[in-house]
Amino acid sequence: MRPGVWEAMSRFSGDAFGNASGSHAVSRRAKNALEDARELAASIIGARPGEVVFTGGGTESDNLAVKGAVLARTGSSGWLGPGGPEFLTVVTEHEAVLESARFLARFGFPTKLVGVDRFGRIEPEEVAEAMSDATGVVSVMAANNETGAMAPLAKIAAAVKDRNPAVSFHTDAVQAFVSEPVDVDDLGVDLLTLAAHKFGGPQGVGLLYVREGTRLEPVLHGGGQELGRRSGTHNVSGAVGMATAMELACADRPRFRTDIAEARRRFETALVGVAAPTVPVEDRLVQHSHLRFPGVSNETLLIKLDGLGLAASTASACQSGAATVSHVLTAMGYTDEEARQCLRFSFGWTTTAADGELAAELVKACL
Amino acid sequence: MPVKVLAALSGGVDSSVAAALMVEDGHEVIGVTLKLYQGPDGEAPTSGCCTVSDAEDARRVAAKLDIPYYVLDYTDTFRAGVIDPFIAEYRMGRTPNPCVDCNRTVKFARLLEHSAELGCRLVVTGHYAQIRDDGESLQLWRGVDRQKDQSYVLYMLGQEELSRVSFPVGGLEKKETRRLAASLGLRNANKPDSQDICFVGAGRHRQFLSQHAPARPGLFVDSSGRPVGRHDGAVGLTIGQRRGLSLSLGEPRYVLGIDAVSSTVIVGTREELGVTSLTVAPISWVAGRPPEGEVDVQLRAHGPTIPARVFDDQVELDRVCPAVAPGQAAVFYRNDELLGGGPIVATRC
Repeated sequence: MRPGVWEAMSRFSGDAFGNASGSHAVSRRAKNALEDARELAASIIGARPGEVVFTGGGTESDNLAVKGAVLARTGSSGWLGPGGPEFLTVVTEHEAVLESARFLARFGFPTKLVGVDRFGRIEPEEVAEAMSDATGVVSVMAANNETGAMAPLAKIAAAVKDRNPAVSFHTDAVQAFVSEPVDVDDLGVDLLTLAAHKFGGPQGVGLLYVREGTRLEPVLHGGGQELGRRSGTHNVSGAVGMATAMELACADRPRFRTDIAEARRRFETALVGVAAPTVPVEDRLVQHSHLRFPGVSNETLLIKLDGLGLAASTASACQSGAATVSHVLTAMGYTDEEARQCLRFSFGWTTTAADGELAAELVKACL
Repeated sequence: MPVKVLAALSGGVDSSVAAALMVEDGHEVIGVTLKLYQGPDGEAPTSGCCTVSDAEDARRVAAKLDIPYYVLDYTDTFRAGVIDPFIAEYRMGRTPNPCVDCNRTVKFARLLEHSAELGCRLVVTGHYAQIRDDGESLQLWRGVDRQKDQSYVLYMLGQEELSRVSFPVGGLEKKETRRLAASLGLRNANKPDSQDICFVGAGRHRQFLSQHAPARPGLFVDSSGRPVGRHDGAVGLTIGQRRGLSLSLGEPRYVLGIDAVSSTVIVGTREELGVTSLTVAPISWVAGRPPEGEVDVQLRAHGPTIPARVFDDQVELDRVCPAVAPGQAAVFYRNDELLGGGPIVATRC
């Protein structure tokens, strides 16, 4: 975590530990800290405090956004009646969105996926054209978690709203926040997911921005916390840690972008000839280097790099931990064999420009 | 001299202790679990062997030993080298040994290559078998624990493979292995031994085969070709099988042979089951060449040995042996030393 985050959180795991829903002094302090955190988080993304729902992380926020917005549109005639809500998203989305879509499809909700090009890019017009009169909710991630491919999100949101202003538009901005400005009005989104651990905050905390007036059915039922939108005892220290990290990350963004761009430039330049980025640099988050090493097994390379202390990752892992072929690369038109030659390197807020060269040397030593 | 080695961890106690012994000897150990097959949802199975919880046990053991650990995706290799041939063999009326195929095509083939790619000198497994070096060549011997001896399924190992593998528990009794696991604080010290065929699951043999090889009804005939009954499907029957034939002919009838093309099952008396010679091909010799003189042959896992002589791919048994199933392995020993082996292709009285 970023320096200062644990310090801000630790009070609420120590002598100020309390349930924000109680009515005694300790609870009041906890509740106050929670609301301070909410106000801070809201101000950073250009939202009002009441529009911020704290959750247990990015996956929960995505589930609440997708399932909650679709379920909120089921009328008394049932969801399969005329105008029943259709969910539209993109093939390269995070599993939290895609699996929520499959869940909805199992219960009869129509769902539709928009494709991407060879470089993971999404065309705003294609999203708008894929909409039907039944489309009720659209979700497009701000930047892909595997490749770092950025979507022209404001244009997509505008095209969607142009086609039908009544649609709820969600974005998963988990990967983008650390390096890209995130303002809910500039982007024109109704629902937005963030996860604290992606920008130097604690694991297991996230938030969902819910634009005022956006209908949302809760997914977790219980004590009615978060204005009924997310029941469950508040993770006070987590929310405080998240808001603190958001503030620090936002202030650090210009420096981060400069340093990381240089580190990545050195890294990728040193690897020209042995590896090629899957997404052009101008369409990619600054902290992502997703590379294909023709003729090299990503599994073997990852193990060798791990042995040298350099952490890389393949697409995703199944429950047993084996690398699987990335659905993102499949959607981009990669064969299984090509996909098994791709490895993701990410640059964090502690990376220096010189680390780029060092990392490239380690990679070359493993080839 | 300490070297870098790749330890194949199944999540069971034997491979865990094998890895632990290599760590104890000062080697640089990388632990891997092979994901060999998956359910229809693309995930590892949740029952039988090779499950998510087995990988979890292996991962926890690796953490205890403080070694790096990875799960390698071997589903394509395993399907092509083990599962597809298993089904094809049964459809041909033979009785395959998938452990032999796994060792031949997966563990001591692809995994050996893989370990070399990772810069490892040895592949370490938890097999109960011993490798000895007499100064001139490497030899393969039965495990010290005769109840657990797994040399039978390792007959395909030659000099090249033996120089690149290590069986650290082959010199131990199983109870010593468990004792070592307990003293090292390994969580699976008392985990039951795996049984059955890993990708089929306990008691699901018939069900697995019926899913992959549709049943074709046919005739039971006696050894003279005279029809004596009807069956619903021959796939999954094994030479020597008596139970489950639904034949009532007064005296016990055994499966003598299976003609897969016509789905005809030949049945007969116990006496008719006897075999005195076999065709075994191809035979792999540990030393790279056939031995001289008489050998002992073992025709099923944990079965008895019979004195025999080998002429090219023909094996003459010294005495009549009942119920020998094509597809199983004929493995040659001299005392406790494994000399070689191969799949049984045909049998004769």
